[in-house]
Amino acid sequence: MVGKDSLGIRSFRFLTGSLLIIWLVLPLIPLAIWSFAKGWFFPDLLPTHWSMRAWEYAFSDTSGVIDSLWLTIGISLAATVLSILIGVPAGRALGLYNFRGKQLVELMILAPIIVPGIAVVLGIHSVFISFGLNNTVSGVILVHLIPTLPYMILVMSGVFSNYDPAYEAQARTLGASPLKTFWYVTLPSIMPGIIVGGLFAFLVSWSQYVLTLLIGGGRVVTLPLLLFNFATSGRNDITGAIGMIYILPGIIILLFTARHLSGRNGAVGSFGQI
Amino acid sequence: MTHVSIQSLTKVYPGAREPALDKLSLEIESGELTAILGPSGCGKTTAMKMIAGLLAPTSGDVTFDGRSVLADKPEHRGVVMVFQNYLLFPYMSVADNIGFGLKMRKAPKPEIERRVADMLELVKLPDLGQRRPSELSGGQQQRVALARALIVQPKVLLLDEPLSNLDAHLRIEMRDLIRSLQQQMGITTIFVTHDQEEAVVLADKVALILDGTMKQFDRPEEFYKRPVDEATARFFGGRNFVQGQLKNGVFESGLGKLAVSEQSTVGNGEGAGTLTFRPENVHLATDHSQPNTLPANLVKQIYLGTQTRLQLSIGSHEIEAICNPNEVEGLINEQEILVTIPADAVWLLPS
Repeated sequence: MVGKDSLGIRSFRFLTGSLLIIWLVLPLIPLAIWSFAKGWFFPDLLPTHWSMRAWEYAFSDTSGVIDSLWLTIGISLAATVLSILIGVPAGRALGLYNFRGKQLVELMILAPIIVPGIAVVLGIHSVFISFGLNNTVSGVILVHLIPTLPYMILVMSGVFSNYDPAYEAQARTLGASPLKTFWYVTLPSIMPGIIVGGLFAFLVSWSQYVLTLLIGGGRVVTLPLLLFNFATSGRNDITGAIGMIYILPGIIILLFTARHLSGRNGAVGSFGQI
Repeated sequence: MTHVSIQSLTKVYPGAREPALDKLSLEIESGELTAILGPSGCGKTTAMKMIAGLLAPTSGDVTFDGRSVLADKPEHRGVVMVFQNYLLFPYMSVADNIGFGLKMRKAPKPEIERRVADMLELVKLPDLGQRRPSELSGGQQQRVALARALIVQPKVLLLDEPLSNLDAHLRIEMRDLIRSLQQQMGITTIFVTHDQEEAVVLADKVALILDGTMKQFDRPEEFYKRPVDEATARFFGGRNFVQGQLKNGVFESGLGKLAVSEQSTVGNGEGAGTLTFRPENVHLATDHSQPNTLPANLVKQIYLGTQTRLQLSIGSHEIEAICNPNEVEGLINEQEILVTIPADAVWLLPS
């Protein structure tokens, strides 16, 4: 197939590919330069003085960047694990079975993607007060599930709509208990979906700002909150350094999932199932 | 060796008005190979799932050697089901697929390896243990599925349409393999099929299910010789049904008068009834020397390679005959011929 593409199609692909890369990478370049600059003023094309000051500060104890990094990783991992625990059975129900009110449930699951988080977070805030969840890490993890769950459930329902539960019946008659059936038969079949959905969930949680700010009450300082503080205080060099740290997981995950996303096992191929 | 008894097994799915399976009762002797035969949607797969424990019956019972197994979970029932599409676990090697049941029973690894190798030998795939199921042909996958089931030495083996996904020459090979393995290991086996030929060539006994109820449970040849009713006879390729009156061993109908042997009327008194006879038992005759020889008009010949199907008009009836192609050479349509229907080759349907 590769050799058959006409020159026009190939150059079009090259053009769009290059545009995409420029569009994604270009904004990062000033960020990277800023993180090594010691003053960078108009109309200089490049900073006149270079420095590691911003990076030293970012990795120092006083900045809180490292603490915040670990906190953010912890919150995102917890939100991901909870999303998987809820998303797998929910995706199974939606992908495999028909039940009364299924379309309504599907709509409710999509709702958090359609309705902006800020519109509902105030209501959640007052509910969380009665549970003592405001200003706590647990509260932030729970509120992150609102945007992460739709992605997880959509991916898993796509996976399950291509899944044959007869494999489980087969395992049972061969002597596998329900638990072993899940471990040896179900889990390996849906693993690509769990990985892709889990990575989505992680990234969505990783990039939450408004929900974290309002439910965390400023006490749960995740990386995006910290980044915003420095950005608004005009410390472009430190913002650059933290920004570079902040985008790292995204890049790692992108490289890691390239294989899964390429459709070899189609975990995302059925993403638009609902 | 397990005697299986199925008693009034019934399944009504929630929301359904008609039962998917209505009061199925079967006695299956130890080591016997039994076919449950019926058109698709007649409830035979439902029956299998209930025997395997994958589906709870609405009523009725299943016993192995006299003990009810309905409370046993599928993994403890000792029943292995081989599904029609084999369902080999795609991410496991062939050897791991076959060893799956032993692994679930926590057998030690060396024993699993040894028995998997034996099993691969038995199903004649000795060198394919490390392949992936997707690299095998349909027939090979079928053998792996069979090996995976037999390795755990089940009390009862269930086969769902075991031959229907295979092409003609593989079917014969597979049929012989299933038959020999089943007899070698003496495993009570039940298989379901919609194909009467598959049931006849493979099974010791056949249970025919039509419209959710069992019509007849018998040795295969009985379905040809002594079907219980017209629907059963038709399912097995019966074409000739003639209504008439039986009086003193003679059946009077639109065909004329036919002598009927005593064995052909078992369970029937004199009077009105339906007579049936197989197309292959209608023979061409040259004169009236044989009893039950009737004049017929040859309506149509259909050449089928190894046999020729004749459509005949006798009296007011259209009947069918199947002959050796050599016998009918030279016959032309609309020709008047003579046919014999032997008195012991007819069967009066029980009323």
